Amino acid sequence: METILDALGDAGRLVAGLDPKLVEIVALSLRVSLSAVVLATALALPLGAAIAVAKFRGRQAVIVILNALMGLPPVVVGLLVYLLLSRAGPLGAMGLLFTPTAMVIAQTILILPIIAALTRQAVDDAWREYQEQLRSLGAGEGSAALTLVWDIRFSLLTAVLAGFGRAAAEVGAVMIVGGNIDGVTRVMTTAIALETSKGDLPLALGLGVILVTLVLALNAAAYTLKEAAQRRYG
Amino acid sequence: MRAPTSILPLRLDEVSFAAGGRTIVDRVSLVLEAGPRTIILGPNGAGKSVLMRLCHGLLAPTSGRIEWAAAERPGERRRQAMVFQRPVMLRRSAIANVEYALGLAGVAGRERERQAEAALESVGLAHLADRSARVLSGGEQQRLALARAWALRPEVLFLDEPTASLDPGASAEVERIIEAIRAAGTKIVMCTHNLGQARRLGDEILFLHQGRVVERAPAARFFTLPATAEAGAFIQGELPWT
Repeated sequence: METILDALGDAGRLVAGLDPKLVEIVALSLRVSLSAVVLATALALPLGAAIAVAKFRGRQAVIVILNALMGLPPVVVGLLVYLLLSRAGPLGAMGLLFTPTAMVIAQTILILPIIAALTRQAVDDAWREYQEQLRSLGAGEGSAALTLVWDIRFSLLTAVLAGFGRAAAEVGAVMIVGGNIDGVTRVMTTAIALETSKGDLPLALGLGVILVTLVLALNAAAYTLKEAAQRRYG
Repeated sequence: MRAPTSILPLRLDEVSFAAGGRTIVDRVSLVLEAGPRTIILGPNGAGKSVLMRLCHGLLAPTSGRIEWAAAERPGERRRQAMVFQRPVMLRRSAIANVEYALGLAGVAGRERERQAEAALESVGLAHLADRSARVLSGGEQQRLALARAWALRPEVLFLDEPTASLDPGASAEVERIIEAIRAAGTKIVMCTHNLGQARRLGDEILFLHQGRVVERAPAARFFTLPATAEAGAFIQGELPWT
């Protein structure tokens, strides 16, 4: 018990003192995961909305697969991206393996299905409610989809946040394609894993506290925004 | 380019609609002309709403043909509009909802704003223009839906039980607006199961029963001398209609 308390105390000092090593790790984590969220969102929103609104053969199958992909194991994604980017792989010549870019790619692949599937569900529900009215007014499929996405933008924030939560919290993918190289590809989760196995609990705990706080704060902010929007727009 | 001929009359030729193995509209043939307000009456499940959605193009008939005098082309401004039982409003201000519809109809810029303001004015909602549409009361939302439809200057306006979920005061207001829209030259096609409303607003009655048009008559004659047993029973309140 004492070691834990000591470690917590040291962790508090590291965080309060803005320990440079800790700051560097947190900054890289945010850079990688936020980039992945931006990229995945840009692809997943149109994709999810299109699947919700369009009618095509095999739509049911696509939805089932998309939903299943939400549970994609990070290590498997890591392995696939590793194979793609490794020297012998098809994209090996780009020399991206063990760089932050490789980590962004892996996390984008990991969270794209999450954001797309949640978007599809939200747009689908809204489409059921709006479709007759929008078609009556003469909106085409594309323009109707855009209208829907804009109208439920605050609900879609939840989908994007789910993606961010997943990206920020996963270890497997970034560990495999990033390599946890000190000062280059070490992020919060990989650092926690490493420091814990080394027995350096203060740094691991400090990072853990920051990670949890970050995710909590973001969700609280999103919740507040959604509530405010609900009151404003109904 | 195109001569501004009317889209009316609308011709239905042996139109049927089936879903889930059940025939909801059964071989309906009729012609809707410009002018008289047509009220579609009938008990619940008679196929009133489905018939109206077929006419408006929201549903495709299983068999039969639906033809407007001037065919509608995709991407072109619609010359008909519909108001639903439950209005669907976008999460934006009242006036933005009207402007959205005008935008789809190809009206842009200052003109769009002007027409939207005029439409709100005509349904008595000008003072709520900047209020979020979804927080308006049911009656106000239905008036907004009427303003949105009216702003499009449709030649035909379909109304699907527009007052079914409104209190008497709000219903009266909606009826007043419908009358104003008719007076401005729009053909009204409305379905209701409210006999009083049908009497007040109808010039002719289309009586639907089990997916068939059982009787079509001028309103005055329909209510005093119904020609069919079904219509008679319906007027007497012997058929379930609530």
